[in-house]
Amino acid sequence: MDLLNNALGIHDKALRVRNQRMELLARNIANEDTPHFKARELDFKTVMAKFEPAEPMAATNQTHFDYGDDKLDDDGLRYRVPFNASADGNTVEITVEQAKYGKAAADYQATLTFLENRVNSIRKALRGD
Amino acid sequence: MPMSIDNIFGIGGTALHAQMIRMNTTASNLANAGTTAATEQEAYRGKRTIFKALMDDQMTNAGSPYVGGVKVDKIVDDTKPVPRVYDPGNPLADGDGFVFQANVNEVTEMVDMMAASRSYQNNVEVVNTARELMMRSLEIIKA
Repeated sequence: MDLLNNALGIHDKALRVRNQRMELLARNIANEDTPHFKARELDFKTVMAKFEPAEPMAATNQTHFDYGDDKLDDDGLRYRVPFNASADGNTVEITVEQAKYGKAAADYQATLTFLENRVNSIRKALRGD
Repeated sequence: MPMSIDNIFGIGGTALHAQMIRMNTTASNLANAGTTAATEQEAYRGKRTIFKALMDDQMTNAGSPYVGGVKVDKIVDDTKPVPRVYDPGNPLADGDGFVFQANVNEVTEMVDMMAASRSYQNNVEVVNTARELMMRSLEIIKA
């Protein structure tokens, strides 16, 4: 189904990343009262960059080291820096997480809308009307 | 890592369960707040729940459908000293007329109950939002 994969563009991959981010935020909210829990965040840009083919760094001199592919090792997970430290070492700030979760849900809906439009165009093309 | 919006239901579910246990211990503490005992050992001690985060590998090894979340690691006794109160009229009083009361502070328990209830509501909201998004996704495949 390569035709359909391309037809959906970047949006199906984006939806997966958006979903992963919502999952992570849900986990932060779930661990609101867990001692020593460190809240995490997903860097959307880093994860999405993995879907783009990486441009290899040119070695113009024989003494240049092989740069390697650092991008693939980065899972995009970052620890959140809390605004206020808490006594039990927990870095979840529930109001921040709530706001982020709300925004993430809106982002998810936006990607869904893009996806819906794509699906509608494919449907239109298939029907030919 | 399996990718699906229903992981959020699992994560939310573990949190609801954990907070429910916390509310139950608080209820037990409140119910036993007024109890007295003849000896220090027999006196009721407040129960505290200690939460623990569930890690990815822990979950997948257990074959669980959800990833991450929280569980109640243990329930421990409050280490506050049990108050020794002079109450010679109490049938449980020892030779000197002292009884041992539960080391529970009602106000602290009420606050803890409210905190647990707020956390519970938060996680209900998380599950609700995920459910709405799931329904939205279903709309796409509708003709």
